[in-house]
Amino acid sequence: MNAPTPAATPATPATPAAKKPAGRAGRNLELPEHLKAYKGVWVFLEHERGQVHTVSWELLGEARKLADTLGSAVSVVVLGGPAEPLEQFAAQAFTYGADKAYVVHDAVLQGYRNEPFTKGLTDLVNKYQPEILLLGATSMGRDLAGSVATTLLTGLTADCTELNIDPVSRALAATRPTFGGSLLCTIMTLAYRPQMATVRPRVMAMPQAQAGRGGEIMQETLGMVESAIVTKLLDFIADASSNKINLPYADVIVSGGKGLKNPENFKLVFELARVLGGEVGATRPCVQAGWVEAERQVGQTGKTVRPKLYIAAGISGAIQHRVGMESADVIVAINTDPNAPIFDFAHYGIVGNALQVLPALTQAFAEHLSRGGRHAA
Amino acid sequence: MHIVVCIKQVPDSAQIRVHPVTNTIMRQGVPAIVNPYDLFSLEEALRLKDRFGGKVTMLCMGPPQAEDALRKCIGYGADDAVLVTDRAFAGADTLATSYALAAGVRQIAREQAVDIVFTGKQTIDGDTAQVGPGIAKRMGLQLLTYVSRIVETDLEQRTITVERRAEGGVQVLKTALPCLITMLENTNELRFATLPAMIHAAGYPVRKWNKEQAGIEDLGKIGLKGSPTVVSKVFGPTPRSEKAEMLALETSSLRDVSLNLLQKIFTRHPTLEADLLMKEAP
Repeated sequence: MNAPTPAATPATPATPAAKKPAGRAGRNLELPEHLKAYKGVWVFLEHERGQVHTVSWELLGEARKLADTLGSAVSVVVLGGPAEPLEQFAAQAFTYGADKAYVVHDAVLQGYRNEPFTKGLTDLVNKYQPEILLLGATSMGRDLAGSVATTLLTGLTADCTELNIDPVSRALAATRPTFGGSLLCTIMTLAYRPQMATVRPRVMAMPQAQAGRGGEIMQETLGMVESAIVTKLLDFIADASSNKINLPYADVIVSGGKGLKNPENFKLVFELARVLGGEVGATRPCVQAGWVEAERQVGQTGKTVRPKLYIAAGISGAIQHRVGMESADVIVAINTDPNAPIFDFAHYGIVGNALQVLPALTQAFAEHLSRGGRHAA
Repeated sequence: MHIVVCIKQVPDSAQIRVHPVTNTIMRQGVPAIVNPYDLFSLEEALRLKDRFGGKVTMLCMGPPQAEDALRKCIGYGADDAVLVTDRAFAGADTLATSYALAAGVRQIAREQAVDIVFTGKQTIDGDTAQVGPGIAKRMGLQLLTYVSRIVETDLEQRTITVERRAEGGVQVLKTALPCLITMLENTNELRFATLPAMIHAAGYPVRKWNKEQAGIEDLGKIGLKGSPTVVSKVFGPTPRSEKAEMLALETSSLRDVSLNLLQKIFTRHPTLEADLLMKEAP
């Protein structure tokens, strides 16, 4: 083992710096000539076991808007096994706004693995040179995006909540929460291409499918053999459907916070969610305290949700939580503190004890729905 | 077995406040902690060491005070710690960070070959999850992200089998060492640091490497210069213009307030009621 070295001596390099050009730390912020040929907006189409992940359609909605602003086209990249219905996925992508699909069928692309997928996507980018490349911030998308960006040595902005074209530079202006959602920052990749970004499921709105809209399918090849791939996919164990918690795509979510006082009281939240046919969410402190499963966490480090109805019980509305749920159509807040920040962005508020209000709401909804709603009788 | 665990010192985001006028982060009094996600990787590394013997070396890039975070890890049972620290690293984005950390791992591997590199799944301040994959790519290591369980490690065959969290299920992957692993949160429970270990950690001489000692070859690839992304604007979230319509409990009964709320919700969202009734139907 080496002896401990003395503290780093900053500011005085051993050799004089070779070049010290003007600008911020000699940074090149101009797009080099050879990268100006990069055109078009791409979406990596994510699918698993015959299903396209909805985040891919949400990304296509954004890609269409960006491409229209730039006056360019939208393409999707679809990688998969020999028998997978990739052309069918491509046809679906056309209805959501894609103009072109690059399709690669190869046995080594059956089931996601980092190495062949990184090669597949990187090769296509180098060949067709898109300006922008978008991926879903899922476990597959994040794994792939980080590897592709490092291979291409370009900029990647994670978990964006807003994508725009900067009117001055015509670069992708990607806005994302930072410091746990306390602040937002807009990030651009000015001198490198493609400009890469990931977006979490449910952050962007689902676009309207246009039936009959078509596009061009380009069949591509991978050029990789199984024996050259080190990592082997031995098995895929699907989650049991009984314990699947699909928070991001739930229509109704009833969430609880530390205002519920103890984990036993969460049953009131579950009861209301059951009557509404919805899911149960929670704040980070509740998850950290082990009151409910981690999959139920709503917020910056949890899930982003976009339900039609979100009922927040005993939740103060810290920014960390807010960024994950503020796109809900109707937000109802129940809190004992009239100054809780949640009342600043909820649509309806009740200042009161959630332990009393929740059962009353459960009863009211149950009676109302069992009668067949307002228009019955 | 030689394992390198990369960590980051981060401000405890639960305690961060933003100045309401200037929209700057108020760091005063906010404690710096080891990125919580990194600790799941540290524990997994320590478990492998418990089983197979060998050594766990910690690696961190950051300002000089980040040595506190490394000391903490020595207290949990890591054997050695290296802090890569130099002003030239300032302003690094994830691409530049992965270059510097990969250089650090290579330098550590020159002293003793490395079998596994661990990083956290992501940090709580940047939340990007990009540095782990970046290091793996730069070093040509097999990448295993979001690992929920190490199923089997075979040092004879130099293979490792893991379960990896994917959308809708778990992938079982087998790969060759050396590899890079990022552990999923809540997959293990960090051990306690014993008092003698904490005393040992408090006096532990964390090695500090400047850019030359870290083996940085291309200064254009570190710090701000090596960062393709440019932060063009930082701003606070826009407040919603309308405040919540409050339903008072003082003036009417809990039941009336509930029924009133129901009507308001269904009026505001005309299709919701029909959706809920459909769910009710068998």
